[in-house]
Amino acid sequence: MSNEALHGHPEVVTTHDVHHDEHHVHHHKETFITKYVFSQDHKMIAKQFLITGMIWAVIGGLMSVLFRLQLGYPDQTFPWLEDILGRWAKGGKISAENYYALVTMHGTVLVFFVLTGGLSGTFANFLIPLQIGARDMASPFMNMLSYWFFFGGSIVMISSLFIQTGPFSGGWTAYPPLSALGDASPGSKTGMDLWITAMAMFVVSSLLGGLNYISTVLNMRTKGMSMTRMPLTMWALFFTAVLGVLSFPVLLSGFILLLFDRHGGTSFYLSDIYIAATKTALPNEGGSAILFQHLFWFLGHPEVYIILLPAMGMASEIISINARKPIFGYMAMVGSMFAITILAFLVWAHHMFVTGLNPFLGSVFVLLTLLIAVPSAIKVFNWLTTIWKANIKFTPGMMFALGFVSLFISGGLTGIFLGNSTLDIHLHDTYFVIAHFHIVMGVSAFFGMFAGIYHWFPKMYGRFMNNTMAYIHFWVTLAGAYLIFWPMHYEGLAGMPRRYLDYTGWESFKQFAELNKFISTVAIIVFAVQLLFIFNFFYSIFKGRKLTKPNPWGATTLEWTTPIRPGHGNWPGEIPEVHRWAYDYSKDGRDFIPQTEPIGPNESHH
Amino acid sequence: MAQAVPANQKWWGGGRSPFNVEYGKLMMWYFLMSDAFTFGAFLIAYGTVRFSSNGWPDPNVVFSSFPGMGHAHMPLVFVSVMTFILIMSSVTMVLAVGAGHSNDRKSVLKWLGWTIVGGAAFLGCQAWEWTHLYHQGAWWGMNPFVNADGTEASTNFTNFFFTITGFHGFHVFSGVIINIIMFIMTYKGVFDRRGHYLMIEKAGLYWHFVDLVWVFVFTCFYLF
Repeated sequence: MSNEALHGHPEVVTTHDVHHDEHHVHHHKETFITKYVFSQDHKMIAKQFLITGMIWAVIGGLMSVLFRLQLGYPDQTFPWLEDILGRWAKGGKISAENYYALVTMHGTVLVFFVLTGGLSGTFANFLIPLQIGARDMASPFMNMLSYWFFFGGSIVMISSLFIQTGPFSGGWTAYPPLSALGDASPGSKTGMDLWITAMAMFVVSSLLGGLNYISTVLNMRTKGMSMTRMPLTMWALFFTAVLGVLSFPVLLSGFILLLFDRHGGTSFYLSDIYIAATKTALPNEGGSAILFQHLFWFLGHPEVYIILLPAMGMASEIISINARKPIFGYMAMVGSMFAITILAFLVWAHHMFVTGLNPFLGSVFVLLTLLIAVPSAIKVFNWLTTIWKANIKFTPGMMFALGFVSLFISGGLTGIFLGNSTLDIHLHDTYFVIAHFHIVMGVSAFFGMFAGIYHWFPKMYGRFMNNTMAYIHFWVTLAGAYLIFWPMHYEGLAGMPRRYLDYTGWESFKQFAELNKFISTVAIIVFAVQLLFIFNFFYSIFKGRKLTKPNPWGATTLEWTTPIRPGHGNWPGEIPEVHRWAYDYSKDGRDFIPQTEPIGPNESHH
Repeated sequence: MAQAVPANQKWWGGGRSPFNVEYGKLMMWYFLMSDAFTFGAFLIAYGTVRFSSNGWPDPNVVFSSFPGMGHAHMPLVFVSVMTFILIMSSVTMVLAVGAGHSNDRKSVLKWLGWTIVGGAAFLGCQAWEWTHLYHQGAWWGMNPFVNADGTEASTNFTNFFFTITGFHGFHVFSGVIINIIMFIMTYKGVFDRRGHYLMIEKAGLYWHFVDLVWVFVFTCFYLF
C-alpha cells in the first residue's frame, strides 16, 4: 500500500489506515441511497455536480433565449411566452422588471452554479483522486456535504423564481443600494433574501470542497507522485481551490454586511440618498456603496480564474494527449498558473474604474491588470507550440480544447482594451464588456468543460459519447459563439449600453436592429445544439459504444490504469507507484509511456 | 511527536504528507486562512468607513463601565478582564494539547475543562457588555454616543461593533461547542482507543485562532 502514513503521524498509522484499507477490500453493502444519493464516492459526487450543473445550464441558457427574444424582436409579441411565464410576460412581451430578473439570474446561475459548482465541482472531484493516485478525497464525508450544500443553495435559488415579487433583479453583482433596499424594486424584496441565502450556502459548499481538494492534492499523492510529476489538471484544480478558499470568505463578509443593511437598520453601504419609490431620503448616514464593490470584486475577479483555471488545466492535458506530444513548457505552465493565482487577487478594482475610484489608484490597477497578459500569453504560446507539427487526433475532446484556446485568445485580447482605465471610460457598461467576458470566461470555460466531458466520459461511464453529434455540437457552438459575440464588440464600441430592455428609442442604436435580430437567431440555434449535447450525454450513458480497453486515448496518467468501471477505492489492488511525469508522449520511438512505468536504463532525458 | 521520518525523506515526492501532518490539520490551517480573510474583510470594511467619517466615538468613554461598580469611570477595565480570560483560555488549551501529546487523559480533561470555562466566561462577559450597551440605547442602527470631538456620530460605530464582535462571539461560541464535544469524546476514551489526541490539537488550532482574532478586534474597537 503506497499511501500508507498519509493519514497521520508516523506512529499513529495504526487503526485509522488499516480501516481505510479494509474499506475497499470487502465492500460493505451499498443501498441505492448510499450509492447514488448520499454517496461518499468522489466519482459519484462528481457526477452529481455535473448533472446538477447541466440542469442549471439549461435553465440559465433558456433565460438568455428569453431575453434575446426581447432584444432581437423588441416590437413583436410572443403569446406563447405568456402561456409559459404567466404574468412575467403579459401580452407575450417580457416586462422590464422581469427582463432584469432574467439577466440577473442568467448571470448568477451561469457564473456560480454552472461554471464554478458544475465545472470545478465536477472535475476536481472526479480527477483529483484518480490522477494523483488516491482512494478518495481526504474527507469523503465533507465532500458529500459540499455537494449537498450546493444542492440546497440550488433549491433556494430556484425557489426564488416562483415567489410573488420575483427573483432578485439588480444584476448578478448585487450592488447596493439597489440590493439593500426592498423599496427600490420588487426583486429586491424577498427575492434578494433568497439570493443571499442561496449564495451563502454556495460559499459553504465551495469552502468544504476547496479544503478537500487542497489537502487531497498536498497529502494524498501516491508514492513517486511529486508535485512536479502531477498532470497540469491537478495544478490547475489545486490553484482553483486556493483561489476559492481565500476569496469566497470576503464575499461572505460583504453579504453579511448587506443582510444587516437590509434588515438591521445599519448603514454599511447606505447613505442619505433619495429614493424615488418612497419619495423620501434615507435616514442612513456614512455608509459607502463603493465598499460593497470592493468586497464583491475581491471575490469577483478571482472568480474569473476559478472558472478559467480548470478549463486551462484540462485543455493542457487533452491537447498534449491528442497531439501525442509532451506539453510544451510544463514548468512555465505551472509558473504562469501560479502568477495568475497571485495576480487574480490584485486586480479587482479594474471592475470599478468609473465608480469614483481615485484615478491614481486606477493607474496602479491598470498596470497589475495588464501584467496578467504575460502569464496568459505564456500559456497560449505553450498550447500552440504543443500542437506545432503534431500528429493531431481530432477527437471531440481535442476539438473543444482547441476551441477553448481560440476563444481564450479572442476574448483575452479585448481584455487588454478593457484593462485600460482611460478606454474604460468609453467602453464600460457597453456590449463590448458583454462580448469580452462571454467569450473569455463564459464560452471558453464552457469549451474547457465540454472538452473535459467528452474526454473523461469513458472514464465516468465506461462508454463513449457519440462522435457525430459531438462534431455537430462543436462546429455549431464554435461558429455560433463567434457569430453571437463578435458583432457585440461593434455595438459596444458604438456605445450601446448593456442591461437595456429596448434600444429602438435611440437614434444611435437603431442601426443595430437587424444585427440584434441576427444575434438572437444564432443564440436560439446554439441553445438548441446544447440540447443535442445533453441528449448525447444521457443517451451515451445507456447506449454509447462500450469501452473495450481501459486506456482508450493512450494517455499516460493514472486514471486510465484503473478498471473500466472502477469501484469505490478506484484500484482493486494496490495503488500504482509513479516513476515519471505525465507527459512522456512520442518518446524513444514509443507512442506513450505510462507514469507507472519505471525509467529504463537507456532512456533519454526530457 | 517523535518523528519516524528519516532525514533524507523526500516529503514532496508523494506517498507521504509534505508537511508531515495529517490531512485534517492541513484542512484546519486552510480553513483558518479562509476565516482570516472573512475577518480581514470585516475589519478593512470597518477601517474604510471609519476613516471616511468625520469623527468617531471615544472608546474610553463608551467602554468605561464595570459590572457592580455603578457609574464609576473605569475605561477599558472590563474589556481587559475579558481579554485576559480569553488569553488564559488559550494557555489552558496549550496545556490540554500538551497533555494530549503524552496521552494523559486526565490532564486533557482538566485543561480542556478550564478552556471551556474560560470560553464560557468570555461569552458571559460579552453578553453583559452587549446588554449594558443595549440599555444605554446602543444597537444595530442606534448609536447614543457622540464623537470624541462632541459632534453627533453616525450609527456606524455601533453597527460595526455589534456585527464584528458578534461574529467573533459566534466563533467563540462554536469553539466552546467544539471543545465540549472534544471533552465528551476524551471522557469516553475515544482518543485513547484511537491512540492519539490529534482532534484536540485541531480544536486547539481553532481556539488559538479565535483568540488571535480577538486581539485584532480588541485593538480596532477598544484601543483606537
